[in-house]
Amino acid sequence: MCACVAAPFAVTTTSVPRTGSLPVLPETTTEAAALRTRKSVKIKAPFCYFLGKSKEAEIKRINKELANIRSKFKGDKALDGYSKKKYVCKLLFIFLLGHDIDFGHMEAVNLLSSNRYTEKQIGYLFISVLVNSNSELIRLINNAIKNDLASRNPTFMGLALHCVASVGSREMAEAFAGEIPRVLVAGDTMDSVKQSAALCLLRLYRTSSDLVPMGDWTSRVVHLLNDQHLGVVTAATSLITTLAQKNPEEFKTSVSLAVSRLSRIVTSASTDLQDYTYYFVPAPWLSVKLLRLLQCYPPPEDPAVRGRLTECLETILNKAQEPPKSKKVQHSNAKNAVLFEAISLIIHHDSEPNLLVRACNQLGQFLQHRETNLRYLALESMCTLASSEFSHEAVKTHIETVINALKTERDVSVRQRAVDLLYAMCDRSNAPQIVAEMLSYLETADYSIREEIVLKVAILAEKYAVDYTWYVDTILNLIRIAGDYVSEEVWYRVIQIVVNRDDVQGYAAKTVFEALQAPACHENLVKVGGYILGEFGNLIAGDPRSSPLIQFNLLHSKFHLCSVPTRALLLSTYIKFVNLFPEVKPTIQDVLRSDSQLRNADVELQQRAVEYLRLSTVASTDILATVLEEMPPFPERESSILAKLKKKKGPSTVTDLEDAKRERSVDVNGGPEPAPASTSAMSTPSPSADLLGLGAAPPAPAGPPPSSGSGGLLVDVFSDSASAVAPLAPGSEDNFARFVCKNNGVLFENQLLQIGLKSEFRQNLGRMFIFYGNKTSTQFLNFTPTLICSDDLQPHLNLQTKPVDPTVEGGAQVQQVVNIECVSDFTEAPVLSIQFRYGGTFQNVSVQLPITLNKFFQPTEMASQDFFQRWKQLSNPQQEVQNIFKAKHPMDTEVTKAKIIGFGSALLEEVDPNPANFVGAGIIHTKTTQIGCLLRLEPNLQAQMYRLTLRTSKEAVSQRLCELLSAQF
Amino acid sequence: MTGGLFIYNHKGEVLISRVYRDDIGRNAVDAFQVNVIHARQQVRSPVTNIARTSFFHIKRSNIWLAAVTKQNVNAAMVFEFLYKMCDVMAAYFGKISEENIKNNFVFIYELLDEILDFGYPQNSETGVLKTFITQQGIKSQHQTKEEQSQITSQVTGQIGWRREGIKYGRNELFLDVLESVNLLMSPQGQVLSAHVSGRVVMKSYLSGMPECKFGMNDKIIIEKQGKGTADEASKSRKQSIAVDDCTFHQCVRLSKFDSERSISFIPPDGEFELMRSRTTKDIILPFRVIPLVREVGCTKLEVKVVIKSNFKPSLLAQKIEVRIPTPLNTSGVQVICMKGKAKYNASENAMVWKIKRMAGMKESQISAETELLPTNDKKKWARPPISMNFEGPFASSCLKVRYLKVFGPKLNYSDHDVIKWVRYIGRSGIYATCC
Repeated sequence: MCACVAAPFAVTTTSVPRTGSLPVLPETTTEAAALRTRKSVKIKAPFCYFLGKSKEAEIKRINKELANIRSKFKGDKALDGYSKKKYVCKLLFIFLLGHDIDFGHMEAVNLLSSNRYTEKQIGYLFISVLVNSNSELIRLINNAIKNDLASRNPTFMGLALHCVASVGSREMAEAFAGEIPRVLVAGDTMDSVKQSAALCLLRLYRTSSDLVPMGDWTSRVVHLLNDQHLGVVTAATSLITTLAQKNPEEFKTSVSLAVSRLSRIVTSASTDLQDYTYYFVPAPWLSVKLLRLLQCYPPPEDPAVRGRLTECLETILNKAQEPPKSKKVQHSNAKNAVLFEAISLIIHHDSEPNLLVRACNQLGQFLQHRETNLRYLALESMCTLASSEFSHEAVKTHIETVINALKTERDVSVRQRAVDLLYAMCDRSNAPQIVAEMLSYLETADYSIREEIVLKVAILAEKYAVDYTWYVDTILNLIRIAGDYVSEEVWYRVIQIVVNRDDVQGYAAKTVFEALQAPACHENLVKVGGYILGEFGNLIAGDPRSSPLIQFNLLHSKFHLCSVPTRALLLSTYIKFVNLFPEVKPTIQDVLRSDSQLRNADVELQQRAVEYLRLSTVASTDILATVLEEMPPFPERESSILAKLKKKKGPSTVTDLEDAKRERSVDVNGGPEPAPASTSAMSTPSPSADLLGLGAAPPAPAGPPPSSGSGGLLVDVFSDSASAVAPLAPGSEDNFARFVCKNNGVLFENQLLQIGLKSEFRQNLGRMFIFYGNKTSTQFLNFTPTLICSDDLQPHLNLQTKPVDPTVEGGAQVQQVVNIECVSDFTEAPVLSIQFRYGGTFQNVSVQLPITLNKFFQPTEMASQDFFQRWKQLSNPQQEVQNIFKAKHPMDTEVTKAKIIGFGSALLEEVDPNPANFVGAGIIHTKTTQIGCLLRLEPNLQAQMYRLTLRTSKEAVSQRLCELLSAQF
Repeated sequence: MTGGLFIYNHKGEVLISRVYRDDIGRNAVDAFQVNVIHARQQVRSPVTNIARTSFFHIKRSNIWLAAVTKQNVNAAMVFEFLYKMCDVMAAYFGKISEENIKNNFVFIYELLDEILDFGYPQNSETGVLKTFITQQGIKSQHQTKEEQSQITSQVTGQIGWRREGIKYGRNELFLDVLESVNLLMSPQGQVLSAHVSGRVVMKSYLSGMPECKFGMNDKIIIEKQGKGTADEASKSRKQSIAVDDCTFHQCVRLSKFDSERSISFIPPDGEFELMRSRTTKDIILPFRVIPLVREVGCTKLEVKVVIKSNFKPSLLAQKIEVRIPTPLNTSGVQVICMKGKAKYNASENAMVWKIKRMAGMKESQISAETELLPTNDKKKWARPPISMNFEGPFASSCLKVRYLKVFGPKLNYSDHDVIKWVRYIGRSGIYATCC
């Protein structure tokens, strides 16, 4: 639906208004050309007539015709150009009907050297349709094309260019990629040929970009934007846009030219451009293309250019306000196409609050437009506008209209966009309203989008919950309205939140208890109810209306209507009740003892019944209380619902939105933050982010109850959700620290990108392989990783690397090799900064590369005597650094040993008189010097403390190594 | 257990739609149309499964007949029924064409009600059906009660295919032995595969309820009968043939065939197919084709084909047609033949050599020179086999009718009074020789 709504604009922008008498190269040459041929060459009426009557008759007729053509091509008599053309054309027609043609190629190649336009045309047509690249004739063909390109006859040059473009194979690119740029920028080339040449080059560049050489012609191509002929400008803009996406630097100059061209078009009167005025809109296709080109670049820095661009955009916005000059739909389509492109440019630049607000108001007008397509596009653009800080407020003013659209819109795809927009514009101030509207819409929503709405409501409710009673109400409502569409993740999340928040538990228990009293309630509600009452039923047991027995009976009345997993959950609730309310124990034991439980056909249910029954009879109250203790709070992690929504929508929409939001928040923080630019750092400004589990909260000790009691089983119930969601990569600082003692692993990971490392070091040299993995299904453009050594670091460390391929396909991995040389000792670590375009936005990731001094360690074995001798030699106070610190990790001898070895130094056994102490020695190799190094680590198990002493011949080295190593324990 | 039966024209428009069971919905009609008829030759299997519904179809000229079911039916039975249905319709109104079906469409529904009941095939014997389903609807009103009860008793009785009280002035009997010979032969004259599928078609115009007995030179029957004298047995064994498998019309008493190998039956009135058989052993091939193909360079092909007739010189084979395929890049052909006419037929990529008549134990020759156009296609010409068509008064399987006796306890004529005609026709099926 999305594609077909956008179609009117998409299609029209690719075709070029035709003005000259010469055919313009269409994007799909073959079909159009075939149509043209049928007109220009007469095929005998009976031949066409027989075709299509029936399959058999067609085959017979074609066989006969082929035999005839074969006898003509036999070669004893020379054919004149006309008949040659005629028969080649017939062959082509037969081929297009789906029959194999295995002769006539030579005749077609002969036609290429004819001087008549029609004959040459048929020859080229046959070649571009039928000749495959590995044919032996390719040399002859290439020769003919070369001749035509050099002929100076614009018609012939045009035909040759069309042929190259429609074949568009690698071989063609190899043969002509050097030639065509010359034709394109030559001074004496005709306009129509330039146009064809630009499009031909574009085609070759798209199929095999590596073969098109970048050279001095690039600068001259940019100047085509100034050409007199608008057709040439249009073709050149397409070419430049594509080229600029890959090599933004080389085409930077095009920005100012494009802006001036755009301003000339926009300000021109509708009659100025004559042939290129389409229904009173001056050159709409060219304007759209220029605006697209500008979207490849950030806002221009030159204030003059910038001012001019702003002026243009304002003019476009102004024009939208003017009354239409024509009632024809083409007029408004063309006008709106330019307008929407201008708006996306404004959104892309995201720098002019004034323009953003105006764009938003313009879109607001479209929200009530009669045209469904316009409403759809307006909602879609608003979604992106909502993520801009400048226009967020402006977008919010349209909330009533959008809600109205949700209620009254007939087209389901537009309604879906409206839901997306509501989701995007939601913030703390309007969350209750939006959530309420979404809930009420849910009752009538299409089945296809219900699950998505449910997820969105769940996320918004959680994200913007001020008051958790509201949250609980909303979710229970959600389950009531659309229980079937509430996925597991949603109710897992409710329980996680209720368990983690003391203040809401009582309310939740009460609400759930009330909700369960409805005669028919959804199974998901029973699940939530069972769990919450099992945990917090005691909080409402004081009320005689919800006494333990009533609670139990209420739950048990639903038991028989539920599926096996829910029954299993309810059984666990019962055993929890045994612990919470000793008075109902006999009742519950009776239930567990009944045949329908103890001899249940389902193994899981049977096992639970048997074990719980036994547990309740055998165990004493104390044990029972320990086993069935209240669940500990869940560790915070990324909201499983959000992950599910992302999975559902693909990487395009939601992630973009979220990322955009995050990116914005970074901008707000201002300035380039130092290395740890991971997502966890970015999300801090939003107070609600913690709820989403993004915050790097310390993992709560998830001590599972010791026996196979209910607690453990309940943990099992939740473990599904936990394993389904990969824990968000912690901050890169953490990862950096991990790499001090090891060389391989994953350095960084977010939703888009994964960076893996593999490295090896020997003496003062090292080599590091960096693997960049694209985790999405869309490609990254302009992917540029750069290694930054600060000025302090520069003289001490040499890093050498090659640039990587700027495009990373979806799901692909690229590798980069870094050669490292340690010149002298250093303290800082180099920073790896990665920039790339994903979807429409620039992404920026910086991580510290774990190249640390200890990597250049060479272990040295020595005896106890030697060690202490050297230890004493390094007794100068500057040479020793000592650090006493508290253990961050459990103190395990083996782990500590492994860490010291991983650190690089030799671990010396039986050196220290105290066997609990660890002693190490090694030499740090740098290009200039070698630094001996001794270390001693004394753990104190009682105090959970370490004392680390380092002695080296250089103070800075001691200091740095001490820092690095002490962070490890 | 057919769920329904549909008849479509060549465009896929429904002409007849009769649904017998509730599990077949209206959309089944469209499903077949869209998935099979409109798929234009893509679907070649006669059985198609669409959404757990099976469609069995046959095609008669431009008409599609499709039986539909959701159950696991015996497919062979369904096809047998469809063919029978075609026979019945052909017997009523001649050729099965769109126009005929449209003209008789009320009648076809009547017929469908009669021959299928809740999807179970009922009596499909044309002769019997004609007694109570008539194209002149008024006639039934004139039928007396006795006539009606007679029909009822006959249809529900033991011999459903013949009514009582038939009377002819002249008792006549025609027996046609129709055979088609299929052959694939190597260029060296080795038989790669050969079989004869034969049909015995009978036309009976006999009064009363005659009991017939058919005898042929089946090996097993002759051995059974010839037990008496060893000498006779050995003599007759030479002439006897081994039938691979045979099927009979429902009137044949199978129990008797199983126990005595004798074919005895009360024939329906008029024309019917008494039996079908297949033989693969000791086949006499009526023609021998000897091809000689020589490629001269890559632009010329010389073909020489000799055909030899191999049957009694007194017999004459007719409508002989030899089809010699030519390569796909043929640009010209010159043919010389001693007998008949030959020409290059470009639309079929073959030379066709036609001879009107040819006596037994003769031979004839054709030689042709084909010019070829060089192509850029590397793949070699596959050399399809030379095929042949003919028709002649001989039985290639050597099947012989030994006797056809007519008895009857209450007949007022004897076996000798019946005039019997026997004729043998041998045709070519797929008769091909590789070259």
